[in-house]
Amino acid sequence: MVANTFLVIFLLTIVGYVAARIHAKSVLEKVGAQMHSRPIYHGVNAAIWTGVPALIIILFWLMFQNTVINQLLLGLFEPSRIEAMTSADKSLLISEIRQIAAGRIFGTPEDMVLAAAQKLNDWTWIARASMFAVVLAACLAGVAFGLRAIGPRFRARYSVERSLNAFMIFCSFVAIFTTIGIIASLVYESYQFFSMVPAYEFFFGLRWEPQIPLRADQVAGLGAFGAIPVFVGTFVIATIAMVFAVPIGLLTAIYLTEYADHRVRATIKPLLEILAGVPTVVYGFFAVLIVAPLIRDFGTGLGLDVAPRSALAAGGVMAIMLIPFISSLSDDALAAVPRAMREGSYAMGATKGETIRKVLLPAALPGIMGGILLALSRAIGETMIVVMAAGLIASMNINPLDSVTTVTVQIVTLLIGDSAFDNPKTLSAFALGLMLFLITLVLNVLALTIVRKYREKY
Amino acid sequence: MLTDTTIEKKLTAMANDPKIKMRGNKVNVFYGEKQALFDVDLDVPGNAVMALIGPSGCGKSTFLRCLNRMNDTIDICKVTGDITLDGEDIYDPKIDVVELRARVGMVFQKPNPFPKSIYENIAYGPRIHGLTKTKAELDEVVESSLRKAAIWEEVKDRLQEPGTGLSGGQQQRLCIARAIAVSPEVILMDEPCSALDPIATAKVEELIDELRLNFTIVIVTHSMQQAARVSQRTAMFHLGNLVEEGPTDKMFTNPDTKLTQDYITGRFG
Ligand SMILES: Nc1ncnc2c1ncn2[C@@H]1O[C@H](COP(=O)(O)OP(=O)(O)OP(=O)(O)O)[C@@H](O)[C@H]1O
Ligand SMILES: [Mg+2]
Repeated sequence: MVANTFLVIFLLTIVGYVAARIHAKSVLEKVGAQMHSRPIYHGVNAAIWTGVPALIIILFWLMFQNTVINQLLLGLFEPSRIEAMTSADKSLLISEIRQIAAGRIFGTPEDMVLAAAQKLNDWTWIARASMFAVVLAACLAGVAFGLRAIGPRFRARYSVERSLNAFMIFCSFVAIFTTIGIIASLVYESYQFFSMVPAYEFFFGLRWEPQIPLRADQVAGLGAFGAIPVFVGTFVIATIAMVFAVPIGLLTAIYLTEYADHRVRATIKPLLEILAGVPTVVYGFFAVLIVAPLIRDFGTGLGLDVAPRSALAAGGVMAIMLIPFISSLSDDALAAVPRAMREGSYAMGATKGETIRKVLLPAALPGIMGGILLALSRAIGETMIVVMAAGLIASMNINPLDSVTTVTVQIVTLLIGDSAFDNPKTLSAFALGLMLFLITLVLNVLALTIVRKYREKY
Repeated sequence: MLTDTTIEKKLTAMANDPKIKMRGNKVNVFYGEKQALFDVDLDVPGNAVMALIGPSGCGKSTFLRCLNRMNDTIDICKVTGDITLDGEDIYDPKIDVVELRARVGMVFQKPNPFPKSIYENIAYGPRIHGLTKTKAELDEVVESSLRKAAIWEEVKDRLQEPGTGLSGGQQQRLCIARAIAVSPEVILMDEPCSALDPIATAKVEELIDELRLNFTIVIVTHSMQQAARVSQRTAMFHLGNLVEEGPTDKMFTNPDTKLTQDYITGRFG
């Protein structure tokens, strides 16, 4: 039924468009050049009037239909019984009714519930039928309105452009509201967490042992929620990754824009793009199965003590993942520096190296910083590689040959398996997530300020 | 009729003439398959201004860019023939192109100051060539270059501001100052006034006239008046060929070829 309604809206929109266009054309033929808008705008305008209000009606209808029907269902029962129920009980009752209405009956339900299920089916049908009728009416009204409006003086073009404008604003608000929603949920759950675990323990504690029991009969630790070791782990791995990725990526970009001839460039660029397209899970097992053992063997050969899941392996492989980001953004930034800058420098007798260091890099700095920051954010937020290749135990050390864990790894392990949202173990994941978010935010703001300050405009 | 030996003699005489600063001999330039210059023989006299004129696309910029090997930066560009600076072949593999460009500076059609401060723009050349030892010396070079380029008074209070913030005419004079700062022997200018208003143009022209005392200047221009005002010698190009070359007075009053006459009087081009 709902699908049919959409189909009807779609068809009527087309009808509205075609009809309005044809009508506008005939008006145009009569009045000639005095017509303000071209027929196509009248068509689009009628289509908008037909489709958009109907779609908005459907959206709200579907949003509220269930709430209304649920209230009606509860109204079937004795008021005293309903009043005695908690909201959890109520939703339990309603879902039982809905299960029965859908034909899935468990055990022997009471008669009242069966009757309610019957009612539910009736009401649902009525609701859909009336929605269809309302939408149809709205569409027809839209077509009529669009057709009536057509005339030489009617500014259909403006009207269409305003609608487009509104639509674009709506789209940008979708992104903004989603972000706000995500942040709000992070903040809310973190607030819950901090009401169970003192903030100073989280921010300054040096022990991270979150595996406390969710149920009374579980065997688990006592729990400690000091986040510092986890952030140290993220810091170590991100640093290792950036230490390798930034120079390699930047030098690759410089080589490609300034030194490589066309053929070399045409081969290397696509290869780098392939590297950027490798799924991180593949990098993950590359790290565990190949790089980590290699580093370990090599380290043992040198007489060093290397953990089987060393931070170096995870960070090193992450660096490989980041190289294409840095190189392709830096490459774009360098290529965007006008040729006149290069020629100006060469004409002064500067060598290629001097030109790159003193003219191109400063001019391309904002783009390059952008690439580096994007890479850093990814390094901090990267999950799959570290889940596979980094350790699980949070320990306070910065030795790259040891195993460390990261914030993202901890969030994953905290939310896998049993979870209960009234338990600090689960909630700590949100606190970690919020911190991670804040860190990346600060990094971005910082970088933007630096970029703005040192930008050399060309 | 000149015999081969007399030509030979004349050539040696000219090569020994200290007044010839740069010399092009049978210069051919190709952009990929397309030939842009055909057997151009042109001498650039020292301590004088030579103007290159001719209709658009005739190869003026191409010739100019051969003189400091800026064409090297274009992959598809091939240059044959000899070009000498003080009798030395500048396309000789032994020649260091960086050193050559320090001796033959260039000012472009569109002002292209670096996105750095005014001071840094001028200091760029002296720094990369290690011309100065102390900060004070560098300051001095910066000031004298800006003075020579007749822009010192306008920028002396804002040396730390970006060069890109100047007006077009000021930017162009900044670029000239930048070229002067490395004390080149020759300065090549490719339509240096095409982006400037008449007042700025007059300033730059005046400047060119003064610079002639210390430098050899080759200037490409589309303005006949400008060529007449600033240059001592003029060379006329057409479709990649050097049509005629001679003292500016003669070129403008009594040219040898009809083509030059038509071009100068504005009958084509
Ligand atoms: N980078 C290049 N690649 C290919 N062809 C070029 C290139 N630069 C110049 N040419 C060609 O060489 C010829 C001469 O160009 P050049 O720039 O020397 O002309 P010009 O005399 O300076 O003209 P204008 O007065 O318009 O600046 C033209 O036909 C041009 O199309
Ligand atoms: Mg030109």
